Amino acid sequence: METIKLQENFDAKIDRGDMIEPKDWMPDDYRKTLIRQISQHAHSEIVGMLPEGNWITRAPSLRRKMVLLAKVQDEGGHGLYLYSAAETMGISRDEMIEQLHNGKAKYSSIFNYPTLTWADIGAIGWLVDGAAIMNQVMLQKTSYGPYSRAMVRICKEESFHQRQGYEIMSVLAAGTPEQKEMAQDALNRFWWPSLMMFGPPDASSPNTAQSMRWKIKRETNDELRQKFVDRTVPQAEFIGLKVPDKDLKWNEAKQSYDWGTPDWEEFNNVIKGNGPCNKERLAARVKAHEDGAWVREAAAAYAAKQQQKVAA
Amino acid sequence: MSNNNQGTLWEVFVQTKPGLPHKHCGSVHAPDKEMAIQNARDVYTRRSEGTSIWVVPAEAITASSPEDMGSFFEPANDKVYRHPTFYHVPEGVKYL
Repeated sequence: METIKLQENFDAKIDRGDMIEPKDWMPDDYRKTLIRQISQHAHSEIVGMLPEGNWITRAPSLRRKMVLLAKVQDEGGHGLYLYSAAETMGISRDEMIEQLHNGKAKYSSIFNYPTLTWADIGAIGWLVDGAAIMNQVMLQKTSYGPYSRAMVRICKEESFHQRQGYEIMSVLAAGTPEQKEMAQDALNRFWWPSLMMFGPPDASSPNTAQSMRWKIKRETNDELRQKFVDRTVPQAEFIGLKVPDKDLKWNEAKQSYDWGTPDWEEFNNVIKGNGPCNKERLAARVKAHEDGAWVREAAAAYAAKQQQKVAA
Repeated sequence: MSNNNQGTLWEVFVQTKPGLPHKHCGSVHAPDKEMAIQNARDVYTRRSEGTSIWVVPAEAITASSPEDMGSFFEPANDKVYRHPTFYHVPEGVKYL
């Protein structure tokens, strides 16, 4: 009886567009869905540092190196905002890290692709951060307060990420034929995986309807994907690069692009752990965590000693 | 809270400009208060968003409960006379 009333109260709040806060009653499945989504989002920020970190020591100028360092540092910060938001739902940081390391929790499949050339850093900033921003702008209006507030901060900080990526691409595209080819090659490899970042098509996305009902998501995967294509294609054309989709065509009637179909088999395969870099990424994560154990232990020992001194 | 290896949970409050109140902006983990404030600086003020930071152990915060919100704040509901608009002032009178 009591639960029915709590549920009605919760539904009414969602319908009114009120935010749900950590101490509010919420259905178990709402909590579970958000813990899964926010922790995977956090893991994506953290694992996302790896492909870019690969190029910090090889950035072509000091300016690019400074920018890339700042960007990777931001991604670390964004992971922390999100872990904090997930913790308000009652899961501990250790549990989340454990779930990432044992493969129970996923992260965005895009980070399982390698960064082979410097142009890939441009493509990641422009396309991967661009797709992430589109998703995150939508999530600023998500129904869970701490998640929404984390998104507002992240969106504010990420706009430079996309611009620095586009700058790298536009400079390469205006460079020597080899440089332009490098930029085109990066676009060719990152285009489809970026479109897959929005998740499976609505028709085969089991969680979408419920997440929309709870206002966790405010737009569907396919809606966001279409918006991304419509905004990004002109940006590619502007710098003389070609989007690798033979079915891409402007549709005057719907004022939007028609385009091809992503290789969903590849998507599912990468999610299952068979992407080009799944093992390498996870191994690097686990190693960083284990190599850092002595720092955590030393800090805890120091804190305990200080406390003893105060007590004495 | 310390039965994990992530240290204590601290809530972070940042003042964005001198004279403004400190506002809650998130949390960090740290084993002691010095590290908590350094972590809070690195996580929440990378773009000079702050002129001052407070960190408070999350355990030390007592919060009102959302279920009792109605009755808890009820005493203020029928006291409209605490607002200046409650009072009639003759038209034309200034500086009131």
